[in-house]
Amino acid sequence: MPNGHSEHFPGPIHQPPLASNVDAIQPGVHAEHAHHPKLQHHFDDMEQQAEASTLGMWVFLVTEVMFFGGLFMAYIVYRSASPEGFQEASHHLNVIWGAVNTVVLIVSSLTMALAVRAAQTGASPKTQVGWLIVTMVLGAAFLGVKAIEYTDKFTHHLVPGPDFEWAGKYPAAAQQFYSLYFCMTGLHALHMVIGLGIMTVIAIMAWKKHFDAEYYTPVEVAGLYWHFVDIVWIFLFPLLYLIGYHLHE
Amino acid sequence: MDAPALNYLNNGHGAASWLLTRDHKRIALLYLVSITVFFVIGGAFATLVRLELLTPAGDLMSSDTYNKMFTMHGVVMVFFFLIPSIPAVLGNFLIPIMIGAKDLAFPRINLLSWYIYILGGAFTLVAALSGGVDTGWTFYTPYSTAAANSHVMTAAIGIFITGFSSILTGLNFIVTIHRMRAPGMTWFRLPLFVWAHYATSLIMILGTPVIAITVLLVAAERALHLGIFDPALGGDPVLFQHLFWFYSHPAVYIMILPAMGVISEIVQAFSRKNIFGYSFIAFSSIAIAVIGFFVWGHHLFVAGQSTYAGLLFSILSFMVAIPSAIKVFNWTATIYKGSVQLDSPMLYAFGFLGLFTIGGLTGLFLGAMGLDIHVHDTYFVVAHFHYIMVGGAIMGYLGGLHYWWPKISGRLYSEPWAKFSALMVFVGFNLTFFPQFIAGYLGMPRRYHAYPPEFQVLNVLSSAGASILAVGYIIPIVYFGYSLLAGERSANDPWGARGLEWEIPSPPPTENFTVSPIVTHGTHQYEPSKEVGIA
Repeated sequence: MPNGHSEHFPGPIHQPPLASNVDAIQPGVHAEHAHHPKLQHHFDDMEQQAEASTLGMWVFLVTEVMFFGGLFMAYIVYRSASPEGFQEASHHLNVIWGAVNTVVLIVSSLTMALAVRAAQTGASPKTQVGWLIVTMVLGAAFLGVKAIEYTDKFTHHLVPGPDFEWAGKYPAAAQQFYSLYFCMTGLHALHMVIGLGIMTVIAIMAWKKHFDAEYYTPVEVAGLYWHFVDIVWIFLFPLLYLIGYHLHE
Repeated sequence: MDAPALNYLNNGHGAASWLLTRDHKRIALLYLVSITVFFVIGGAFATLVRLELLTPAGDLMSSDTYNKMFTMHGVVMVFFFLIPSIPAVLGNFLIPIMIGAKDLAFPRINLLSWYIYILGGAFTLVAALSGGVDTGWTFYTPYSTAAANSHVMTAAIGIFITGFSSILTGLNFIVTIHRMRAPGMTWFRLPLFVWAHYATSLIMILGTPVIAITVLLVAAERALHLGIFDPALGGDPVLFQHLFWFYSHPAVYIMILPAMGVISEIVQAFSRKNIFGYSFIAFSSIAIAVIGFFVWGHHLFVAGQSTYAGLLFSILSFMVAIPSAIKVFNWTATIYKGSVQLDSPMLYAFGFLGLFTIGGLTGLFLGAMGLDIHVHDTYFVVAHFHYIMVGGAIMGYLGGLHYWWPKISGRLYSEPWAKFSALMVFVGFNLTFFPQFIAGYLGMPRRYHAYPPEFQVLNVLSSAGASILAVGYIIPIVYFGYSLLAGERSANDPWGARGLEWEIPSPPPTENFTVSPIVTHGTHQYEPSKEVGIA
């Protein structure tokens, strides 16, 4: 095939190139280390493996920011088109429930951080699993409150669609607000459910003594995800619940 | 030559060893087979479009059927061929080898991305077989949400799912390039192919989630009647266009940047010269990725966007041409006074240089607001983006496939046939799409199955060119297939090229490197060394 430069072909022996990329083929720098049982074959050492996993999760969270970003964009466009309508509609959300859920999530972030620390310091499986279960209970409590709120919206005909009823001013903007409310909180709740699933797997692994001071990346990575989901809520709470709060004090 | 030692191809046999593999090289081959299937499907739709346009009257199919044909052609080619083509096949195969790693950082996620791709493809094929989609590949609202006469939901779910395949590939590449480089493989020793894929991956992770949420909102609007984009429900259809093009314009750079990476490698290997201006080419890839995110508004010049926004988007669109031009100038300067070898990969690279330049320059016509209003939604646009996507991206893909085929398969292919097919592709491509520039400039609109008779000569030329192009695409499938079965075995470095991938056996062993390489300088070092004593 490469008849243009047959001097390199079909030599069965690899000819030394004029200048090679590789000065010397030497054993990998980390070959002398004893292999940790959790070290995957394509990594040199545990540190590289841990760094790759956490960077992977950070990059994934960047994609999540862009994913939610599309919704926030829609929110900005429609809120600036009808600011009064959005404030009016926001006033029909229950600020108390929203505030309770905010506290619940912030506390769950704390307990998640304690779970990561428990794994990192090689605490007993009981401690690790304990903090994970507390986190999961708080997450479930958040979803429970969300279910109460959703039910309330259904009974008051605040769900967009043919059954939507709005007695006050700005019915079109209100419907739009609730479209975004359900999209944003729904997507957030879906992320919470996924988080609970991840945490279940992590808790089982912790119970089976998978984690120690040298290998706790899965707990750390799950923690990053959980904190991200919390942060999304920190933005959703004021944007959805608080923008009309001052109107009817 | 003797039968090769244990390598990634003969290390494990049977369907399970392929379908459950975590080897990036085998996953690349899974992608190669599946994107070829989608290429053939997309090509079949294109064939029907070109057949219909042979005559001015709409005689082969109804306008509804025609709408479905060009929609399915666009959807399949963009989402299931062009976007995965070079990254998922060549990038997957080569990036770990080029940086001296044993695999990508997340081998299981790599395999998962292929299954996600197949699942998304299955949804889209179901949509095609159960009646098709007629919205155009752009899925503009409110047509796509309010008019319920086709399988928009199924196709939208397919595209949503496939997006995650792209996101995971980009994520894997970024982490791999950051964390898996061999000792001594510094950022500025990386092959330019890797830089191009790093830039591509940035777009994949930043852009794709936006199309995912957009498609999800379209689905929510269709299924749950949430008012997001439909004006009847209080929504704004232009918001859809903004969100759609925020991804879909950068998506063009997902297609072209990896091809630029391939061309950078081929130009160096077949000119026997280091690249002219390494860091300019590396950073121009990043510049294209970044600026590319701020030009989407040039798709909305006639969509009611404010004139001032239009002006800004127009200027930004001109700016993204600068890094592309830097690359073209630097490739040309690399070829200048090189020992140019006209092997088939280099023929594709020359084809790329000419066709991409025409595609890029006509892009400037379209980025200029005044002229765009004249040629908007005409065949001029169709010709322009085919010069980029087919003349650029597919030329780069084929060039790369020819360049690295001996490494991938361990075998050689018929060089005379490869040269012949490169010529067929070049001639067929120009005959297909150059007349469309003229037809579009004269005012022939896109997306109609019938047209005034004065455009017939141009359309017959175009359809004739398409048949030559098709032959040019079929020939490589034949000789690559033959090569795989009975081709002569390849040496490690059949081209006399440089790069870590040419230092290891063809085909590579499963672990790529038996011992981790230690890298001491950049990739393409062709300058005569002192020992040889060439003045």
